[in-house]
Amino acid sequence: MARADTYLQIRGHLAALTDEELEARFWELAQQVVDPLVELARTHTSPSIERSVLMRMGIDSPTCMAVAGECEKRGLLGHGAGQVVLHCSTTWGCPAPEAARRLAAGEGWDVALAKWGGTA
Amino acid sequence: MSDTPARPTGGAMPPLDPNEKLDIAKLLEDLADYRPRRKGWHWREQVPDQKLHKFVYKETSKGLRNSIPLPAAHYFGDIDPQPDCVITTEIASGRFEDDLRRMRMAAWHGADHMMVIRTAGQSHMDGLLEGTPEGVGGIAVTRKQVRATRKALDLIEDEVGRPINFHSYVSGVAGPEMAVMFAEEGVNGAHQDPQYNVLYRNINMYRSFVDAAVAKHVMASVRMAQIDGAHNANATAVEAWNVMPELLVQHAINSAYSVAVGMPKEDICLSTVPPDAAPAPCMRMDLPYALALRDLFGEYKMRAQENTRYMESDGRDATVSHVMNLVISRLTSADIQSTITPDEGRNVPWHYNNVAAVNTAKQSLVGMDGLREMVKLDREAPELNQKVREIKERAVLFFEAMLREGGYFASVEEAYFVDSGLYPETHDDGIARKSDGGVAAGTIVPRAADYLAPVCHHFGLNHLPEGYGDAAGEAVAAAADVAHKPCDLIGGCTLCDAEKVPFIDELDPEDNVNARLALTAELRAKGLIRPEVQWAADGWVVVTMFLPAAPRVAEFAALELGKAMNLQACEVINKQVMHPAEGTLIELKGRLDAVVDPATLTIPPEPVVMSDAEIKAFVAEKKLKCVAATVGEDEHSVGMREIIDIKHGGLEKWGFACEYLGTSVPVEKVLDAALEHAAQIVLISTIITHGDMHRNNMQKLADLAVEKGARDKLLLISGGTQVTDELARSWGMDAGFGRGAKGIGVASFVVTTMRERGM
Repeated sequence: MARADTYLQIRGHLAALTDEELEARFWELAQQVVDPLVELARTHTSPSIERSVLMRMGIDSPTCMAVAGECEKRGLLGHGAGQVVLHCSTTWGCPAPEAARRLAAGEGWDVALAKWGGTA
Repeated sequence: MSDTPARPTGGAMPPLDPNEKLDIAKLLEDLADYRPRRKGWHWREQVPDQKLHKFVYKETSKGLRNSIPLPAAHYFGDIDPQPDCVITTEIASGRFEDDLRRMRMAAWHGADHMMVIRTAGQSHMDGLLEGTPEGVGGIAVTRKQVRATRKALDLIEDEVGRPINFHSYVSGVAGPEMAVMFAEEGVNGAHQDPQYNVLYRNINMYRSFVDAAVAKHVMASVRMAQIDGAHNANATAVEAWNVMPELLVQHAINSAYSVAVGMPKEDICLSTVPPDAAPAPCMRMDLPYALALRDLFGEYKMRAQENTRYMESDGRDATVSHVMNLVISRLTSADIQSTITPDEGRNVPWHYNNVAAVNTAKQSLVGMDGLREMVKLDREAPELNQKVREIKERAVLFFEAMLREGGYFASVEEAYFVDSGLYPETHDDGIARKSDGGVAAGTIVPRAADYLAPVCHHFGLNHLPEGYGDAAGEAVAAAADVAHKPCDLIGGCTLCDAEKVPFIDELDPEDNVNARLALTAELRAKGLIRPEVQWAADGWVVVTMFLPAAPRVAEFAALELGKAMNLQACEVINKQVMHPAEGTLIELKGRLDAVVDPATLTIPPEPVVMSDAEIKAFVAEKKLKCVAATVGEDEHSVGMREIIDIKHGGLEKWGFACEYLGTSVPVEKVLDAALEHAAQIVLISTIITHGDMHRNNMQKLADLAVEKGARDKLLLISGGTQVTDELARSWGMDAGFGRGAKGIGVASFVVTTMRERGM
């Protein structure tokens, strides 16, 4: 909805503030806007985030894409795709990139499902 | 700057030779083994009160080993002062192999921030691309392209003698992956601002903010500089000057969010643009905004961008706008001075315009060096003071309303952003996005009670086993209660061990750099020359012409003239009315399908130029005299004046006694005067060439000199726009000087020749 400039009518509560107080208020409000966003990010993950974890484990991008996609499909993303690969690599006694390659090829998901349940 | 773990860098190349082209094919060898030498951003090293030539500079930094100074530098001892701030150039040709050559050129002119634009559409790709596909309006940012670019920049920074920052985008749907890849590959800076995703790319808002936290945290781990996306509101809003309060809000949201997820304030750069352009009284409108921003964000860095919102296709117009933007930078502050090529309003990015834009910044910043010590902003001036305060208050009101609305997401749903009204005024033309809509909606997932990411520098809940952690992202093992880094669980992650970084060469057998290079391989092998503006041998040229016709007629006439010049695919890229009836200035772009083999060229040796002192000494010793005239029925005198007058740097400057006889002088009279004055040098100017008048006069002068037995006591020199040295000599002269000749060339020739002949 279009609105005329009401600046002079609604600025009353700011008029008495010093410049320093005004600037402090600006940052205080910014923090209030940002806080819930940070909390959302702290407690959630996404396919890209999980692929970024797999990348850091030394896994190439097509394999990251396949493994994170399979995790998403099986409802395992919330446990962390990195954890899924770590669990399999420990179980199989192989390095993480090797475990990821097998998972990307559709092998061995029973190991993950045995731990976390979910759809086969 | 944080150093990478010590490691020999595989695939390294010998240093660049300034006289050799960058060997792209060689650069692409052994890329799999190449690792970045350093990570993190580099700020220029300031040199207070730097003395260069006869001047003291207040706002400059360490100089370069190799560079190309400003055009007038030869009057000032060839100095090339480097301003205090980092200078950016933006590169977007779509072929990274050609971008690298452009980066080298820009670096030689003073750019140390190479901002690589991404191909259209990559921000909507949920994942990384690999290989080297060609891009549109930018490159596909892939590991191979990034690695090859960093490798080239490592060579270029050694060549110029200053670290170069490499920069691209950690935005879009795959932000966290981009951030990891950039951190691994030594990218030094990136755009990261979730608001950009939401507003301009319509990527789901929850996904954008959740991803951004992880991406920013990874960027912070290698001290990458971050640039936000607020300036896009300027470029998008209908009335750009009205978005100032919102710009402060956008900057604050990204800054506060970045700090909250672990990014140091000194790595956070605000992308700020003076919003207005003339004919608006732009500096009076933009200055209060620039000050309000710097008041509020004093702890952050300023990346001063140049205005694009009101940029048309006229390079001169854009350059003047940018210089006014640079005045704002100098009167306030800038840590990074970005430049926009003045050809952005056209449809091909010309690499020489990157150089032009960098030089606009360098020239302006150096020219205004230390100005702030003499010119101070009057913060008490009523208009300035009131405007600064008003912008801040309007921004606070904006925030208050957002919170009443229910926070950030609710405000975006209600189209608070990019409204062209001056908040709290609204025009109801802002960008509205749905919280459950946009690209990648519904893709965020709550982290489960056992969520685990066994890697370093991961933001958010992470249920690491007892004794594992990376407190504050950096001082990992230092914390007493943390014995292990998170990645000890997997024997090291790529951010701790560069050996673990995987490399994919190419995925597409056709769309790759090798295929593109093959197309121009023959030209390179034979050293053939074809014009280019962005890609090797693309053939594009620009022709500037004035046509005495109205604009529409001139445009179509120009296309016809382009065909007559054998130009293909002609297009008018700029036109300016000189007068509705008298005529139009046209810039025409066209492709020239022609090549030159330099082996077939006859290139005369460059004339030897001597020092002033050496010439003066010789002239004084020999008491040199010259007689000069424009011969024949010819009234031109300007060219000769340029050669002899002291005012124009002519022969008089070195002490030559010059007798100028005037115009339309018969050749006989010139020779008589030379003998009468006992001159050693005869200068004749012949502009008119009808009926071979220039040739006849030269031959006649030479013959007369022989007849009078004076030929070996005289140096006979001719000059004129159609004269070449070769022609003049063949017609009996000792030398000929054509268009562009200067007194120094003539003087050097005289001294050299008289010495050789023992005259």
